[in-house]
Amino acid sequence: MTGSATTPAIAGTHSHGSGVWKRNQRALAPWLFLAPGIFMFALYVIYPIIASMWLSFYDWDGLGAKTWLGLDNYAELLDDDAFYTSLYNNIIWLVLYMLAVPAGLFIALFLNQTVTGIRIYKSLFFFPFVISQVVVGLIFAWFYAPNFGLFYKLIEWITGTGIAVLADDRYVTYGIIAAGLWPQIAYCMILYLTGLNNVAPDQIEAARLDGAKGYKMLWHVILPQLRPATFIAIVVTVIGALRSFDLVSIMTDGGPYGSSRVLSFYMYEQALSEYGFRMGYGAAIAVVLFAIMMIFISFFIWKMVRDERGM
Amino acid sequence: MFPRPIENTAPATQALYKLALPVALILWLLPLLGVAMTSLKPSSDLAQGNYFGLPSYLAFSNYADVFNNSPIGQYILNSFKVTIPTVIGAVAISCLSGFALAVYRFRMNLVLFFLFVAGNFVPFQILMVPVRDLTVSTGLYNTISGLALFHIAFQSGFCTLFMRNFIKGLPFELIESARVEGVSEFRIFWYIVLPLMRPAIAALSVLVFTFIWNDYFWATVLTTSAETQPVTAGLYSLNGQWIAQWQLVSAGSIIAAMPPVLMFFLMQKHFIAGLTLGATKG
Repeated sequence: MTGSATTPAIAGTHSHGSGVWKRNQRALAPWLFLAPGIFMFALYVIYPIIASMWLSFYDWDGLGAKTWLGLDNYAELLDDDAFYTSLYNNIIWLVLYMLAVPAGLFIALFLNQTVTGIRIYKSLFFFPFVISQVVVGLIFAWFYAPNFGLFYKLIEWITGTGIAVLADDRYVTYGIIAAGLWPQIAYCMILYLTGLNNVAPDQIEAARLDGAKGYKMLWHVILPQLRPATFIAIVVTVIGALRSFDLVSIMTDGGPYGSSRVLSFYMYEQALSEYGFRMGYGAAIAVVLFAIMMIFISFFIWKMVRDERGM
Repeated sequence: MFPRPIENTAPATQALYKLALPVALILWLLPLLGVAMTSLKPSSDLAQGNYFGLPSYLAFSNYADVFNNSPIGQYILNSFKVTIPTVIGAVAISCLSGFALAVYRFRMNLVLFFLFVAGNFVPFQILMVPVRDLTVSTGLYNTISGLALFHIAFQSGFCTLFMRNFIKGLPFELIESARVEGVSEFRIFWYIVLPLMRPAIAALSVLVFTFIWNDYFWATVLTTSAETQPVTAGLYSLNGQWIAQWQLVSAGSIIAAMPPVLMFFLMQKHFIAGLTLGATKG
């Protein structure tokens, strides 16, 4: 501005640049705030998903030229016994992992008291979740170790012969799932403990006066109020079950004879391990896993959108 | 409260409960206690078959051995080098994007929000090959920055969800009245909203620290050498070298688990607040 004589019209043109910004600030600002997040997420999450799908139609060793195969990778999957083993193990994981939800609720109910030192008990029960899955895997590998592992000895003491869980294709997947359940139960427990903190005491009192107690109280009064906690517990447990990779890799490397593979591990093995660099085939396995996961993700998102609209 | 408060029950039940607590805890942590004890046993104990008894003496030398005869010190350092920038990067990005999604109404808002949420749930394997390619082609393969950049990007999904919901819970009138006063959008973010986000930033930092410290999959996909590998991947290769030397495996495991465990006990309130976000809302 040069002086007080400037007319408003001139002032308007004079500060033209900031005027556009001023007028559209509220429309432009969100995109500026979102730019770094969208850029990183698009580059490292959205683009790779599309690229993997595209790659699943090719034969590629990761270095040379890609050869178009069409649906051949998927056709090969249908004839691949290792794929079926992995898929079957994923289903076992998914089903048994869900035990973490009621088990977590049970421990939460057990710990939901006010006695001295209960806070420390709660944190120590939560402990397994804080530890890396690599360490959990090693801990359980020691626990199951043939001839001297605590679990091996226990079985030997009860039945007379010990079981080398991780070397036996009948039990290996269950052994790994048990290791995975340990931190997962702790996770569900903490979700429920927080939920229980917020249960309305007057409703419990009212129900108690109506004669509700024990199981009936739990089912009809407590659980409905814990619904948000249950929803999150189910979401994280399903995702955790389908993501299982670390424990399989640490505890057995998919063995014995590939019997403890899951899809995530089999994909890694095909695409990136000493068994060969079959990136296209690996991508096809990943797409199948992604499709399975999308069923659950869509359901979760659908429910969240519904809640969001209701708010 | 449910179940019935223990102080309203018979004295016998109360005594039983107080006895059951430590017993249940010991059973629950049994595998961990076993490993902690093994990590303090001299190798002669294990050779003589003393697997379950107390150590004949406390062999802190196992820990010294692990540090002196393996690159675990380097692995731990690498873990910090990956984890700390990731925490800063992911939290900073999500403060911005969470603010945008919580405060502004625009057509793509919900779509973008749920894209972030959904991306956060996808299996890692669908990202693996392209992310590895991208990292190789930018010359960041087997570097700490390559691993940290991916983590920042991936974690920004969960962090945005978290921040957005947190900011939604703040009183919107604050922003409205600042706008009436003519305060610019950036100043609103910086001077009004950001100071109120401190608890969310603390909670998220602790959570992301733990997630990234404990990451194993991306560490194996994007790094290969002892100079760059974080401790989770390092522990896997050490486990291969220490066959049947369980006192070393145990000591190494305990060392690797320490930082997130300390973080959890020091910042427990924030950690649980972060983890249980949404577990109470209707």
